[in-house]
Amino acid sequence: MKAKGKVFRYGSNVDTDVIIPARYLNTSDPSELAQHCMEDIDADFVKLVKAGDIIVADKNFGCGSSREHAPLSIKTAGISCVIAADFARIFYRNAINIGLPILECPEAAADIEAGDTVEVDFNTGLIINVSKNKTYQGQAFPEFMQKLIAAGGLVNFINEQ
Amino acid sequence: MGMTMTQKILASHAGLSEVKPGDLIMADLDLVLGNDITAPVAIDVFDKIKAAAVFDKHKVALVPDHFAPNKDIKAAEQCKKMRMFAGEHEITNYFEIGQMGVEHALLPEKGLVVAGNLVIGADSHTCTYGALGAFSTGVGSTDMAAGMATGKAWFKVPAALKFVLTGKMNQYVSGKDVILHIIGMIGVDGALYKSMEFVGAGIANLTMDDRFTIANMAIEAGAKNGIFPVDDRTIDYIESHSQKEYTVYAADEDAEYEQVIEIDLSTVKPTVAFPHLPENTRTTDEITEPVYIDQVVIGSCTNGRLSDFSKAAKIFKGHQVAKGVRTLIIPATQKIYLQCMELGYFKTFVEAGAIISAPTCGPCLGGHMGILAAGERCVATTNRNFVGRMGHVDSEVYLANPEVAAASAILGRIADPTEL
Ligand code: SF4
Repeated sequence: MKAKGKVFRYGSNVDTDVIIPARYLNTSDPSELAQHCMEDIDADFVKLVKAGDIIVADKNFGCGSSREHAPLSIKTAGISCVIAADFARIFYRNAINIGLPILECPEAAADIEAGDTVEVDFNTGLIINVSKNKTYQGQAFPEFMQKLIAAGGLVNFINEQ
Repeated sequence: MGMTMTQKILASHAGLSEVKPGDLIMADLDLVLGNDITAPVAIDVFDKIKAAAVFDKHKVALVPDHFAPNKDIKAAEQCKKMRMFAGEHEITNYFEIGQMGVEHALLPEKGLVVAGNLVIGADSHTCTYGALGAFSTGVGSTDMAAGMATGKAWFKVPAALKFVLTGKMNQYVSGKDVILHIIGMIGVDGALYKSMEFVGAGIANLTMDDRFTIANMAIEAGAKNGIFPVDDRTIDYIESHSQKEYTVYAADEDAEYEQVIEIDLSTVKPTVAFPHLPENTRTTDEITEPVYIDQVVIGSCTNGRLSDFSKAAKIFKGHQVAKGVRTLIIPATQKIYLQCMELGYFKTFVEAGAIISAPTCGPCLGGHMGILAAGERCVATTNRNFVGRMGHVDSEVYLANPEVAAASAILGRIADPTEL
């Protein structure tokens, strides 16, 4: 599985309240949520994002609440992958459970800039910065999580068992 | 190798004699929690699981607290979805308006969590129950759905940080200041993926309410859970609230900790977290420029318990809320509400010029009952001060203990109670 797209760039501690503000959580409709994705940190995100684009951020991406609406709105907005130095743990779980690919790679997070075109290979964890002609090795998932992702998320995994 | 408290609870629920950090395990759940924001998503996921039935109708708790009493039509639909699900699956621990409260204050009070339990909740502050010597952690809606259907969840066994507490807190210092002090020290990702285990002689000087507040905010340091050892005070609390059997786990002598941090409680001062992260802490004596405020909120799963209101009432007694400061008092549960009424706190609050709300999360997450406009500032006893958390993106939230919040309401700026 691979992804390729243009990069939206954010800093550390991007919290779930800015990813999808609570004032929109009176619905759980993914497409409605996606219309407000990143609104409080980047009002232009929804206007500019194209299917396949990639988010790159520094430390502790997705900190804060457990709202699954956060990875869901990112996925539904068209983002193919989030790369960060590291992730808050509930966001990490949720992303895997709903099938939003995420990768931890401090090196890539430090180097990739907004607008770069980046290619990601989820099987190997290899990240290629096409614009800068550089590669970074991200952390591939442990075997158990690869199984979850291969099944297409936790629900399918349970249904298969 | 020795195990921490958290590791022992995880091992026992996974049917293993030993676990170590990094192990991926499947563990049995004692309780699965959801609220009116996360449960509707979980119900949709649940319906996609083949032949799904609830694993145990007594081990699911559903609490409409965030946007309830229903703030608008959409919220009403969400609550209805949860209510219908509860009816259909005969969930015994569904708490309708009239019985409900803010989930993390409600569940311990109803005796639904006891020492040694393993609890997941589709809410990040599920970590609150660590105060009872339980392992509890926040998850998402898909985990909640899977938990309701299978009674199990997957976990990566966390490494741990040990906080050795000694000494006794001074006047106007409480659990909130201790946890803000810790987060200020280690940062909002200082305990990422890890357990925070609190130990030491100082714990005997912490009330259960202090412990709930401290465990509640472990997530604000990125932790998977926060946990306290079980002592006489914990057992008193459990036995007076619950019929459930409990198990006391203690960390092994040779349990491994990535870091040991010592905190003398007598050195902790009243602490305020400035916008927009809980780690931006300053003690009240470090605030030199006046920070004028528009609103004060005393409530939430962090500081909406009886002792919080008794402390606030003592400060408000004989004083008036400053002109132009809206002050909201939100008891976290019906029981706390009634106790505040019986003890006369409500009279004190109303006479001071504050208003009293039914139990709800309300303004804590910018839901309803006290949303901030652009440029407005609020001192809140809640747990998060992220951008836009309580309303407009250009509003600001300052986190504090109930006494500091009350003193601030009276003086119209962030204030230490000693200034009164
Ligand atoms: S009071 Fe605030 S932090 Fe606690 S559960 Fe409600 S919204 Fe979450």
